[in-house]
Amino acid sequence: MALGILFDQNLCIGCGACEVGCQEEHGFKVHKADKLDENNFTYLEEINSITFQRHLCMHCFNPACASACPVSALKKTKEGAVIYNPAICLGCRYCIYACPFNIPKYEWKSQIPRVRKCDFCYSTKISKGLPPACASACPTGATLFGVREELLKTAHQRINKEPKKYVSEVFGEKEAGGTSVLFLRLNEVTKTNLVRNIPDFALPDLPQKILGKTPLVIVALGLFLGGMRFLTDRKNKIREEEQKKDEE
Amino acid sequence: MKSEPLIKITKIFFILLMIVFFFSLIKRYIFGLGAISNLSDDMPWGLWKGANLFGGVALAAGGFVVTAVVYIFNLKKYKVFVRPVVLTSFLGYLMVILALLIDDGRPWNIFMPLIFWNTKSVMWEVALCVASYTTVLFLEFLPLVWEKMGFKKALKFWSWLTPALVFVGVILSTLHQSSLGTLLVIVPQKIHPIWYSPILPILFFFSAVVVGLCATNIIAFIYSNKFPEEKISPLVQRLAKSTGVVFYVYFILKIIELYQRGFLKDIFVFDIASSLFVVEFFVLGLIPATALFFKKAVNSKKTLFGLNLALVCGIFLNRINVSVIAFQLKSNIDYFPHFLEIVVSFSIFAIAVYLFIVIAKILPVFSKETT
Repeated sequence: MALGILFDQNLCIGCGACEVGCQEEHGFKVHKADKLDENNFTYLEEINSITFQRHLCMHCFNPACASACPVSALKKTKEGAVIYNPAICLGCRYCIYACPFNIPKYEWKSQIPRVRKCDFCYSTKISKGLPPACASACPTGATLFGVREELLKTAHQRINKEPKKYVSEVFGEKEAGGTSVLFLRLNEVTKTNLVRNIPDFALPDLPQKILGKTPLVIVALGLFLGGMRFLTDRKNKIREEEQKKDEE
Repeated sequence: MKSEPLIKITKIFFILLMIVFFFSLIKRYIFGLGAISNLSDDMPWGLWKGANLFGGVALAAGGFVVTAVVYIFNLKKYKVFVRPVVLTSFLGYLMVILALLIDDGRPWNIFMPLIFWNTKSVMWEVALCVASYTTVLFLEFLPLVWEKMGFKKALKFWSWLTPALVFVGVILSTLHQSSLGTLLVIVPQKIHPIWYSPILPILFFFSAVVVGLCATNIIAFIYSNKFPEEKISPLVQRLAKSTGVVFYVYFILKIIELYQRGFLKDIFVFDIASSLFVVEFFVLGLIPATALFFKKAVNSKKTLFGLNLALVCGIFLNRINVSVIAFQLKSNIDYFPHFLEIVVSFSIFAIAVYLFIVIAKILPVFSKETT
């Protein structure tokens, strides 16, 4: 059962309870956040005085970060959370390079740096069947926690009810092949910090197509190299024999 | 001697460089990557990844190319070049690993890919190939030590072992020279369209072969006093022609690829991206590669050296362009390497050159048996 979060711009009043809930849950000093960084796993972007957009890890179905990680320090759990294990991380930062939503952040000033991002409150809440801190903190239901497919249905119902108000697409339904986190956006909003140019397929599919050919390349190349060696060996031998004959 | 003050200046410069280098390392391991670099969450990969990993691996392509020429294609005359070129590659890979020990946030975990396998990860494939190919290069390098120590039996065993090592080495090199290109395939929306390509792995492979052939040629020039002239020049001239041919394969593939994606028209608009591309692909690419087909250019040792050096620089620039600058240009990221970032990057190359000079003095890099 894949769980998810639905955030609705229309219901958000910008109180910042989600930020505070997240900060307390992860042991950060409570503060007003204005971007994602190593001490902020979520923040509310103020689009205008009454409209806000939450930013957090989208928890992709097929995460580019987890596919990029050489040691699977990042991985997708069956509940839907994309979680991080610093103990085996090399710090190559390919996850940060690969993420289409630019979510993972790094501890650039640390001796023992970690990749930092929203973990869906996996160890403390989700794995125990509890909603994540941001969803419990939200007073208006703008951040809704539940089964992802049901949340998607709810989202489309809201769009159908007020098609003029909402952008007709649910952000996260198709982006990067689908994500556990979904956003409902208002039509009047023309500019946000949300990353726009995201392909609508799972990005790990691209390198996967190429990597899948590796065994074939090894076999073909092995045969080619072996064959070349055999043929050139034979050519050299024949040439030597001819030289011998000429000498005789 | 006239050149002595120059050598003295170079030595002083190298010592100063090393002092700043070690100071940078201390700072980096105490205060983190941010203390000596301008890397950021927007720009997680910078000069070290571009020049020392992507560029470094390309520069170290000589080993697999020259060993394939000698042991797979059986062109035995080229055996004189094997030892020095394999040595440059071996040092090249050691320097790539050194760079990763600085660039990786948690370098003590650098061996983790050997234990935890994410077979879906291109980075895992690269890590595994770099680790195993460095081992292969070390084994290919060992005969120099055996010869110096006078271990005749070991030498004999190695001459039996070498073809197998070469076989494995060529496969490993082909895989990871190309998979460095595959690393970037996952971010089509983050790389400038002049450089992003679904066939990056193929382009990386052919350009790596070009560098490998050039490296052999450059080594031949640097050590031309060690090689008998009349024996070497026909070899070098044939090498030059092959280099030109392989570059043309790379060139045509890239042009077709640009045309198919509809970006061919963008390469001569001369904005930052197009100018950089023109430099790496035409000025330091097509022009020197074409010159390699002309007898006049190839007959002069100095011109030949210059042409090969230009080609190597072009492909080195290509690696930095693809992995760092194309990423930066696509999203308008403000990044210029920190002074110490540049020092570290340059120091690593300087150390490689220094080690080569030292080893060439101690070990029989130019063995009597093979020359």
